[in-house]
Amino acid sequence: MRGVWRLLSFLAIMLFLAGCGQENLSALDPQGPVADMQFDLLMLSLLVMVFVVLVVVVIFIYVLIKYRERQGDTHIPKQVEGNHRLEIIWTTIPILLLLIIAVPNVVLTFDLADTEPEEDQDVLEVTVTGHQFWWEFEYPEYDIEAGQDLYIPTDTRVVFQLEASDVIHSFWVPALAGKQDTVPGITNEMWLEAEDEGIYQGRCTEFCGESHWLMDFNVIAVDPDTFEAWADSMANPPQELTEPQSEVAAEGRAIYEESCLSCHATAGEGGNPQGGPDLTNFGERSNIAGFLEFNEDNLEEWIRDPQKLKPGNSMPGFDHFDDDEMEALVEYMMGLKVQD
Amino acid sequence: MSNQKSQSKSTLWDWLTTVDHKKVGILYLLGGAFFFVIAGIQAMLMRIQLMFPEASFLPYQSFNEMFTMHGTNMIFLAAMPLLFGFMNYIIPLQIGARDVAFPFLNALGFWFFLLGGIFVNLSFFLGDGPPDAGWTSYVPLASDQYAGSGLDFFVLGLQISGLGTLIGGINFLVTVINMRAPGMSMMRMPLFTWTSFVASMLILFAFPALTVGYLLLMLERLFGANFFIPDMGGNVVIWQHLFWIFGHPEVYILILPSFGIFSEVIATFAKKRLFGYTAMVFATLVIGFLGFMVWAHHMFTVGMGPIANAVFAVATMAIAVPTGIKIFNWLFTLWGGRIKINTANLFALAFIPSFVMGGVTGVMLAVSAANYQMHDTYFVVAHFHYVIVGGVVLALFSAAFYWWPRMFGYKLNEPLGKWFFWLFLIGFHLTFFFQHFLGLMGMPRRVASYLEGQGFSDMNFISSIGAFMMAIGFIFFLVNVFVSIRSGNPGADPWDGRTLEWTIPSPTPEYNFAQTPLTRDLDPLWYEKMHGDGRMKASEPLGDIHMPNATILPFLMAVGLFVSAFGFVYHNHWVAAGGIAFTFACMFVRSIKEDHGYHIHKEEILSDKEVE
Ligand code: HEC
Ligand SMILES: [Cu+2]
Repeated sequence: MRGVWRLLSFLAIMLFLAGCGQENLSALDPQGPVADMQFDLLMLSLLVMVFVVLVVVVIFIYVLIKYRERQGDTHIPKQVEGNHRLEIIWTTIPILLLLIIAVPNVVLTFDLADTEPEEDQDVLEVTVTGHQFWWEFEYPEYDIEAGQDLYIPTDTRVVFQLEASDVIHSFWVPALAGKQDTVPGITNEMWLEAEDEGIYQGRCTEFCGESHWLMDFNVIAVDPDTFEAWADSMANPPQELTEPQSEVAAEGRAIYEESCLSCHATAGEGGNPQGGPDLTNFGERSNIAGFLEFNEDNLEEWIRDPQKLKPGNSMPGFDHFDDDEMEALVEYMMGLKVQD
Repeated sequence: MSNQKSQSKSTLWDWLTTVDHKKVGILYLLGGAFFFVIAGIQAMLMRIQLMFPEASFLPYQSFNEMFTMHGTNMIFLAAMPLLFGFMNYIIPLQIGARDVAFPFLNALGFWFFLLGGIFVNLSFFLGDGPPDAGWTSYVPLASDQYAGSGLDFFVLGLQISGLGTLIGGINFLVTVINMRAPGMSMMRMPLFTWTSFVASMLILFAFPALTVGYLLLMLERLFGANFFIPDMGGNVVIWQHLFWIFGHPEVYILILPSFGIFSEVIATFAKKRLFGYTAMVFATLVIGFLGFMVWAHHMFTVGMGPIANAVFAVATMAIAVPTGIKIFNWLFTLWGGRIKINTANLFALAFIPSFVMGGVTGVMLAVSAANYQMHDTYFVVAHFHYVIVGGVVLALFSAAFYWWPRMFGYKLNEPLGKWFFWLFLIGFHLTFFFQHFLGLMGMPRRVASYLEGQGFSDMNFISSIGAFMMAIGFIFFLVNVFVSIRSGNPGADPWDGRTLEWTIPSPTPEYNFAQTPLTRDLDPLWYEKMHGDGRMKASEPLGDIHMPNATILPFLMAVGLFVSAFGFVYHNHWVAAGGIAFTFACMFVRSIKEDHGYHIHKEEILSDKEVE
């Protein structure tokens, strides 16, 4: 009977916690093996700790009810010095409880640090660079670069090399894996896997300056074939990207070449190390700048005044474009797509 | 009063020049309360901003400045000085001493703290605005390239106030070792004195690490040194090690004296001797020792590798054991007692479950592999507020209600106190409980806002409501302080106390003890009540008492460094050098000028006794 109760209460906690938070964002709703393991360890430690709290609270309430001063009571309590047996009990039991958590933790800490894939598992390497306040993703095997949207194949071990270009950031995709810091001057490693296709939200968790809270990104998990096709077309982008067909878009391309290409690498052209995200596949972004809803109005607003939307980022505003110019530019940018 | 010199001058002069540990203690309380209110207002501004998603109450930059200064003010300039206030006033009384070992240094420590703290906060009005890199001020964000003059105010002000803390810590150490009255062996010291003693040891070893860190950062910011700049061969992680080698012990510097306060209050109001006194003392020492072994648990995600992570994880969990010992000893002190429920004790009682919750989330955070999910999220915010508010702040309020009659000669009002307690306690849990879930649901800490539709809105709203309750509760406390003044002097021993601070007249005479008391057991006053006539035996005949002279030098020395700090921030090297030279000149005067103090004569003491 006791066991049943324990199981029930455990399930209740799990259900309550699992129901918490938004899908593909919450660490309480894990979507891959790393987040799974971390969730299980978290639940194990939570269970032990809830037990500890309960023991303390039960004794606490009992003592308060039983020994509270009643009216007119003037007796002098017995002055007890202590009790060796009790001291030994409440020293050893916590040690045992801690061992229940400590042992699996040590094992898992080493497992998570080990980026070597299991036998005949597919691996993808990605170099992540944190910038104030955006993310850059490089795929060395494919010689391509992407900004803000991190494409990964499902059921593949993705191994990250984490770097930072300015201050410390921290790379976190709660639904897929715990975080690792990106530290200037140091390269850190971590890995994760996504089980299902989907868009998982990621964010920076190390305070990194004025717009730290907006340093969001998306992880887009697709099946391995789709991923290969995507990587291939990123490496060999369609011609429309550099020579758009429609007249308006061509006009936009001209403005883009003049004002934007120096910072934003696009289809293998332009860009610079102090610049902004690669925009080759901008038309397929899930958000603008990682957090704005993806639509033309927001794009225009962003181009006109990025400092208002994300203060402190290093893109200047282009408020001097007139409406026609802006329309052309936006049209061109919405067409920056590598998939059909 | 008998101090002839100060009588002729004004009250202000009296406080500026005092070296009396009781007055210095009260000064610490006032200074700490000042910064506590500032930091509290900053917290409220943040909670208003976070009440609704994507709010624009505070610009992001201001929000970042707020949480930086909230943490800095609370930890360095409120919590620690408030504890120092009680330590200053109470430790000498608890060990039967007439003052601390170095009264001059004591005053010096206070003025360093106060002027250093004011200097940091002046950044609100001067230069490029307040510091904005968090109270941890990680480089490179805190380096010259990314942060304005606020960080200069931060490193300079905190170096000055840190010096004050170090001086204070050394002073307490020597006081406890050297100044105990006859019979007051180490193992008869009240637990508050014990825990403060261990906390002072931690100060002695931890603060130098912080000072080194700030010094390096200062050299880097002001003189272009490159300790933390990777491109120049520097290393940014070194900063984190230096900071946390200080920063983790700092948590224990705060919580150990708080444990001491709870031990006093719980034993007094349960009318029982502290259960397992010896175990409590050893647990304190073990916590103090382990406190130095675990700093890197703040850095699990920095990339230290699995070996370091595993070792620090296990070491951190180990601290739960002595802490658990303490919790159960408190529970068994209550067990079989006659528990009086008043405001002082309510705060102490509420501490037990609240702190245990903070403790267990600490163990969860120590689980390194799971920590990757919790680190730098609201889970951490919830955890450390459960520890610091549920531990330290509840202790401060408990201490205030408990020692108020000793320090100010009147009791705080009980009904108002209970309003304060319930509002504060419920508000506290509302504010921080749900933040655990926010963190696990994906909300990072130190975010100026959060987007709508991510499931964070409701809990943040509740959290802000809780914060308002805490603030309203605190207003009840402030009102209480003034309303209760008329309540009259409750006498020397209003709580049926157990320790030496309740054996002397109220208000406390300048010399504390007319005759140094003889301690015959743990809880000396209780022992005399049970086995003697309820009065302490004297360990010396009544005689003249030697007292130190008041002096303005400590204040002036602090002013020298204060002025010098402006010179550094504004790159005026003459002012910088001049300020330091002035401080050294004061030290010189102090060294060569003979100062023998003065005596309070036997007759005066006798006449004091008659009045009583
Ligand atoms: C000085 C370099 C610079 C120039 C010039 C520049 N940008 Fe940017 N841009 C950036 C940076 C840096 C970011 C990343 C901002 C952030 O999110 O923190 C960015 C982000 C963007 C984004 C969002 C990208 C995404 O992945 O969601 C768009 C769209 C954009 N820029 C468009 C433009 C356009 C259009 C122009 C020309 C009119 C332009 N930029 C010129 C630096 C630049
Ligand atoms: Cu960041």
